[in-house]
This record gives sequence, C-alpha cells and structure tokens, in this order.
Amino acid sequence: MIEIKNLHVSIGERKILDGLNLTVKDGEVAAIMGPNGTGKSTLSYVISGREGYDVTEGEVLLDGENILGLEPHERAAKGVFLAFQYPVEIPGVATMTFLKAAVNAQRRSRGEEELQTPDFMKLIREASTKLGINMDMLKRALNVGFSGGEKKRMDILQMSLLQPKFGILDETDSGLDIDALRIVSEGVNALRSPNRGFLVITHYQRLLDYIKPDTVHVMAKGKIQKTGGPELALELEKSGYRDYVGEAA
Amino acid sequence: MTVQAIDKKSEAETAFAGAFEAMKGKGAPALRQASWEFFTRKGLPTRRVEAWHYTDLRASLRTVAPLGAPGAITLPPTTLGRVRLVVADGAFRPDLSDVASLPAGVELSSLADVLAKEDASVLTALGLPENAGADAVIALNAALMQDGVVLRIAPATEVAETIEILLLSSGGEACSSFTRSLVIVGDGAKAKIVETSLALSPSGAQENHVLAFAIGAGAEVEHIADIGPQSESAIRLFSLLITAQAKAAFKSLGFVEGGGLVRRQIFARLAGEEASVSLDGISLLGGKDHADTTLVVEHAAAHCQSRERFRSVLDGQSTGVFQGKVVVRPGAQKTDGSMQSRALLLSENATMNNKPELEIFADDVVCGHGATCGRLDADQLFYLVARGLPKHEAEALLIEGFAGEIVEALGEEAVRDIYFERIRSWLGKRGGAK
Ligand SMILES: Nc1ncnc2c1ncn2[C@@H]1O[C@H](COP(=O)(O)OP(=O)(O)OP(=O)(O)O)[C@@H](O)[C@H]1O
Ligand SMILES: [Mg+2]
Repeated sequence: MIEIKNLHVSIGERKILDGLNLTVKDGEVAAIMGPNGTGKSTLSYVISGREGYDVTEGEVLLDGENILGLEPHERAAKGVFLAFQYPVEIPGVATMTFLKAAVNAQRRSRGEEELQTPDFMKLIREASTKLGINMDMLKRALNVGFSGGEKKRMDILQMSLLQPKFGILDETDSGLDIDALRIVSEGVNALRSPNRGFLVITHYQRLLDYIKPDTVHVMAKGKIQKTGGPELALELEKSGYRDYVGEAA
Repeated sequence: MTVQAIDKKSEAETAFAGAFEAMKGKGAPALRQASWEFFTRKGLPTRRVEAWHYTDLRASLRTVAPLGAPGAITLPPTTLGRVRLVVADGAFRPDLSDVASLPAGVELSSLADVLAKEDASVLTALGLPENAGADAVIALNAALMQDGVVLRIAPATEVAETIEILLLSSGGEACSSFTRSLVIVGDGAKAKIVETSLALSPSGAQENHVLAFAIGAGAEVEHIADIGPQSESAIRLFSLLITAQAKAAFKSLGFVEGGGLVRRQIFARLAGEEASVSLDGISLLGGKDHADTTLVVEHAAAHCQSRERFRSVLDGQSTGVFQGKVVVRPGAQKTDGSMQSRALLLSENATMNNKPELEIFADDVVCGHGATCGRLDADQLFYLVARGLPKHEAEALLIEGFAGEIVEALGEEAVRDIYFERIRSWLGKRGGAK
C-alpha cells in the first residue's frame, strides 16, 4: 500500500504539489487525471526519488515505511516502479545488458541470488513474447531509435520483469497505436494482483477501458480535487476540468 | 621579452646533445644530422607551436633520463596468440620475440641493422614524410633513434596472424628511449598490427616512438595502438605516420589508458585515389593524466574517405586534448571526411580541449566535424537508478556505453572483449563519480 500524506513539493521557487493526499491500496488500480502541467509527472518522480525536487512537507509511505529518504535504487528494490512518460534513449548500452543488470541489482539489494543467464533468458523470452517485442530489438541500444510505442512497450517489459509492489504508469498510452494499446494493457492487467497497486496517469478514458480502475482521482493545482469510481473519468470526458481549475488557473 | 629568452636552451634541450653524440655514429648520418639541426633550431615544442598548444612539452620535460639499455626482462604471456616483437627500453629484442613464428610473406629486420647497412630502400621511407616534417619531436626521434622493427609485407599476402610490436618499459630507474618502426605493406596485402605500450613496473620513462606505415595500392591494414597505464611522471610520445596509396585502407583504434603525459600524433596522407583511413580513439583518464591526440589527415588525391571518432572519459584532475585537422588539397575532389570528438567529464577538475578543424582547398567535397564535451546525462542516470541500479553502477554502465560504442566497431569479438574488459576494470578502479 502506498500512502501519500500532505505532500508539498517545489522546484526552485515554484510550488508544484500543494498538500497532496492519496492512498493506493494493494490490489487497487488508481487513475489520476488532470490538466497539463498540474504536477502529475512531478508526483511520479518524487515517489520514485528523482533529484531536483524540494519536498518541504509530507511523507510517502510504502507499506508503512517513509521512502522519501531512500535512494532511487533502494526504492526500486522495495518495489517502486515508474513507467516513464518519456523513456530516455541510452546509446551504447544494449537493452539486454541493461535488463539483466536491473533485475540482478534488485535481487542483490533484496539479498536474493542473481539470476544466471539461461534463467534470465527464459524469463525475458516469455515476457517479450507476451508484449509482442522481438528479441532482436533487445540487442539494440536501450530505446535508441525505438519508436514512441516501442519505448512504452519496453518500459512495460521492464515492469513485468521487475515485478514491482507499486507501479506508476505515466501516460503509458500516449504514442501507442490501437493494437499496442491493447497489448500493453493486457500486459499491465496480467500483473494486477492482490498484493500489487498501480497508479495510472492518463488523459484519456480509452486506456481505462482496458485497464479498469478501482478509483479515479482528479488532480489540479497541486492536489487531489476529487475522488470517485470509474464513472468520474467518463464525466471528465464530457465536462473537462473547468470545475477543478477555477479562476486561479 | 628578450631574444635571449627564446634562444636560450632548456636544460633538457642541452642534455639531448649528449644522447646525439652517443647515437650519431649508429647509421644514417645524413638523416640524423639534418634532423638534429632541425631539432636544435626548433627546440622542444611549447604552447606557442600551434600543434602543441595544449601540451607544453618544453615545460613538462625538464630533465632528460639516460638512454635505455637492454637488460633482463620477464615477459607477460602473449595476447590472443599474436606474433610478438619486443622492443624493450629502446632496443629490439629478438631473444624475446616470436621471430621463428613470423608468418610467410613477412620479412623482419631490426632498425639498428637497417641503419647499419644503410639500406637505401628503407632509409628513404624512414625519412620525414612531407606532412610531418615540421614536428620537432619526430625530428628528435630521427636524430636519436636507437632501434625498432622494420616489417616488409609482400604484395598480395594476406597475413592472418596479428603482429604485435610490444614497446616495453622495464621500469625501475627511469630511462629515455627513441624507437622508430616501419611497416611497408605491399600492394594488395592485408595485415593486422598492434602497437602496445606496456610498463612492467611504473617509472618516469621518457619515450619517443615513431611508427610509420607505407601502405601500397589496394592494401588493407588494421591497427591498434594500446597505450597502457604508466607512472604519473612518465612522458610518452607516439607519432603514427601513414601514407596510403590508391584504394588502400587503414583502420585504427587508439586506446589510451592514462599514465602521466601521453601525446599521440597522427599524420595520415591519402596519397592515391579511393584510399581511406578510419581513426578511432578512446582515452580513459584519471588522476593527473594528460593525454593529447593531435592528428592531421591530408587528402592529397580525389575520392578518398577519412573518418575520425574519438571519445574521452576524464576523471580526477586529468586533461584531455583532441586536435584534429582534415586538409583537402586542391584537386582532391569528392573527398568524404568526417571527424568527431566527444568528451565525458566525470569530475569538476577535469579539463578537455577539443579543436577539430577543416582546411579545404577543393570545391567538390563533403566534410564535417563535431566536438562535444559534457557530463553524464541526468535523465539517463535517473532512468537507470529508477530501475534499481545503484548510482555508481548506473554511471559505470553509461560510461561503458559511451566508450564502448567505439569498441563495437572492432572486427574481432575476442578483441572487443579485451577492450570492454579494460574499460570495466578502469571503471572498477575509479569507484563512484564525485
Ligand atoms: N525541472 C523543472 N523546472 C521548472 N519547472 C518544472 C520542472 N519540471 C516541471 N516543471 C513545471 O512543473 C509543472 C508540473 O509539471 P508536470 O510535468 O509534473 O506536469 P504534468 O501534470 O505531468 O503535465 P502533463 O499532463 O503535460 O504531462 C509544470 O508547470 C512544469 O513546467
Ligand atoms: Mg506528465
């Protein structure tokens, strides 16, 4: 379970998150929707531990433990996973090399044995097949020259290999074609389990047709403005955010 | 500013006179004498010499170590079954070399023998090539050359074995050495030559090495210059001279792993149509290392191609220099040249000087160059740590990727493995970024 309590975050002088509260229980899929520039990606970075943000107040608890003081890799080992809005290209680093390094780094952090190459290959072959990723692609440098949709798939592949406790999907649907959207959603759905929570950031109902959320949260002006069930997303499709952004927007 | 101040010889410049006295009777008197006079006129290069702007050799080389002499040596095992020719502390050592297993079609002489016999055919090739003629360090080498190897590869011979010229420094008492080696590659021949600079134990060695390739028409040469670690007080100068005739191809990787002052200077001349050179480089520098690569590629004929790709990784208080000049002579139409130097700074105190240049005197050419200098990318680092890699591991992976892109271009997997391993072990020694 992840509990975000009264989170205040600034970048330099500018306040981005302003007392945000949100709880995502194990087994729950929570969707966050909100206008551009509201701080959704900021929230996902702060949870996963990126530098450059001042957390001036509040806490982020993963199963009761405040993770804000941990290094990003430690959070990852505890099960935080972020599928990036914009996955970065990493020239010179073969995708396969990276995947193995990531899987084994997390295993080491948790005091588990490293996976040997044959076991790892088996794991990766299965996961790639499910996501329609060609094994040849894994020989290429990570994300370099991958299409937008391929990059998103690669992030979901990583999620299925790393089996996180809490997965954040930041606009994973953007850039996906209709078939890819279905494949990626199936990949996510396959990972849904009673002891794993998800935070799905999206602008469109379309994704939520595939990944059915338990809760929907409207975020604006640095906090959660309204919480409801799946019907809230449908409502937003019709009316937009005008009720939430107010005059101050 | 007084005239005396410029004319006055430094202690080191004066000390070289002693070495010249010792060497001048050892063959090629005319070449030695002319080179010595040229050197004494020019003196050791300072920042005022454009090609040496970032490496003030006169200031660095204060005293001259005595000339090296052959001694007892225990060699490390050979690498990948290469045919090894050992030049230790300035002397070719047939006793330590794989002379008996030289491949067919390859003829070997020691430079000392060639000089003693005044072998005219080789002596001409040993003289200064036109585009390197103005360099005082090469002139000093010609005046003081002690020994080296001369390899003649018969036309149309495809030499499968890799020949390694091992430039060995035995360590202990610092000594200076001047070696000159020559590889004459006959028309249509193929050869793989590795030049390795290895210190058996670290010392303040002062080395001045020249390796010249005369590559016949249609011949292909693969070359690696492997410059391993040395003491902080060492000064190593490597001049690589290449003349490529029509349709000849020269492909080279320079791998520099720090060690005091290292200067690589490359003068490549594309003398015949459709010749090509590809010069790659990786420098891994830390501590107080200073590594300078200065190259001139001269397109003297039409339809030639040149490629230079250099990557420098700089940690600690190290300094890197890349100066590259592509010169396209009048008439060298349809020249295709591209030069790139990229540097990765891992520390606040490291410095990179990047200076790529083009000098084009023909109108129908495609030439480009680029130079970048930056730190590890924060977005890339975060991507990796967010996936569970500890910071130092994430950095190592990015650095390996940066340098490894050059290693990937090597043809043989076993050789690629060697250099990936060298990069990893360098990274292992450096620990996390500061
Ligand atoms: N490094 C930064 N420096 C300054 N401002 C920043 C920085 N990063 C984000 N911001 C600002 O913070 C605000 C929130 O950005 P964020 O990316 O979190 O929004 P978002 O809700 O994810 O938007 P979108 O829906 O467009 O993805 C924006 O106004 C953005 O310009
Ligand atoms: Mg965003």
